[in-house]
Amino acid sequence: MFVPCDRGGDSSASDFKGFTLLMPAVSVGNVGQLAIDLVISTLDMTKVGYFYTNCLVPMVGNNPYATAEENSTELSINAEVYSLPSKKLVVLQIRSPFIKNKYRPFCETLLSWVKSSKCARVVLLSSSHAYQRDDEQLLGTPLRYLLTPDLEKAVGGLMQELNWKEMEKVAAYPGINDTDKVLHIPGGGITKLLFTESCSKGIQMAVLLKFCSEGDNIPDAFLLVNYLNEWLQLVKTEVSTSNSSTDPSSQWKIPSSWRLLFGNGLPPALF
Amino acid sequence: MATFFGEVVVAPSRAGLDEEEEAREETPEDREIRRELEKKRCRREIDVLWTWKSGGRAEEPLVCSRFIVAIGRNAAAFVSSFILDSVCWEVVGVVKLWNEWCRTSSTTNVLPTDSFCLFYRLISDPTVLLCQCSCYVAEDQQFQWLEKVFGCMQKEGLQVTILSTCPVADYKTQESTLTLASPFLKALKTKEFQEQVCCPLLEQPNIVRDLPAA
Repeated sequence: MFVPCDRGGDSSASDFKGFTLLMPAVSVGNVGQLAIDLVISTLDMTKVGYFYTNCLVPMVGNNPYATAEENSTELSINAEVYSLPSKKLVVLQIRSPFIKNKYRPFCETLLSWVKSSKCARVVLLSSSHAYQRDDEQLLGTPLRYLLTPDLEKAVGGLMQELNWKEMEKVAAYPGINDTDKVLHIPGGGITKLLFTESCSKGIQMAVLLKFCSEGDNIPDAFLLVNYLNEWLQLVKTEVSTSNSSTDPSSQWKIPSSWRLLFGNGLPPALF
Repeated sequence: MATFFGEVVVAPSRAGLDEEEEAREETPEDREIRRELEKKRCRREIDVLWTWKSGGRAEEPLVCSRFIVAIGRNAAAFVSSFILDSVCWEVVGVVKLWNEWCRTSSTTNVLPTDSFCLFYRLISDPTVLLCQCSCYVAEDQQFQWLEKVFGCMQKEGLQVTILSTCPVADYKTQESTLTLASPFLKALKTKEFQEQVCCPLLEQPNIVRDLPAA
């Protein structure tokens, strides 16, 4: 599945032992994927390989994180892996939807790659339909987390200190029986499947998700990536000296591929 | 989401989710349904038939130095008009497939309005191969097409050129596409391609999808 960029040479670029794997779920608003774009762009991460998979719709384009003419001509495809050894971080970006009936094979292959590359833990960025929230979830923070039992032991205490809210379980049979509770992440794509598989395989996984709706999801992406930053401390949080409020977007670099997200310029003849 | 007329509709997600994929306990009825669906799915298998091999299946890898792939009706028409002729090129293969949009057959005698996917070889240099693919290859068949076609080839020193078209309305640019002079050419290339490209490279945020991308 994983194909390293530099096939013949130095294999240390694809040695992820002990690294944290950060990845998105293709979910409502594509928030996880946008947040991952911000991480890769801001930390100027190096591409170390890609996933050769038949589970995602094919797509190709030029470098989405290009900053100049010189680095704009590198091809980019639907599932690529970037790394930052100084922070023991490896990031997977997924850029297209899943092909029908391919969710499960992808999850299985991904988790077996996580095990074989000996990643220490996986952090999955995701989102869930805002309109499915219950009365209590409508109040307070729209951000939630989930930890597999193995990771709970390691970082559960930290989540308490950060005052984070765990994703609530819902009744399996609402209205009939309120005692059986299940995890329900509507709009979350492969989130629930990956999480439940990780629990059963003993993989340390955290899910960070935001309740949102389709629309301009850039602000959602900033909120999610700042939430992630509270824990992983990937970038320094800057506090503006001129006023006491912190601009949530100031420390993240927007990639050049985010241009024209909502269409082209308007034809002058319209006016 | 409320519409103008007040009814509530579920907005489709850009993330392209299929909620029915959620993991559920499989009952015997589910298993039976899944087995029937699997049978139907076999119809989505692609067959690549090479004309020079008996039985229509190529066993040895084809030695190929250049492979030109024309995908879509416009590109197929272009190669028909400007490149192909019965004197210099011979048909050497065909792809047989079925999906909801089209069906191709194993016949090599096709009309321009048919859906087909044919392979031609340059008689004067049999290492030059050309594929004319006017049929739509569905999402779940694209990878299969790729593996089955390239799986027959020896890929050392192979140069692949893909010709395809996209609607101008899909092109993302600062100005409106109404004022853009069209048609125009854009290219994508791998870093291994060292030759001069005849047109500007495709700028971000534009992308290519489907079979040309695969």
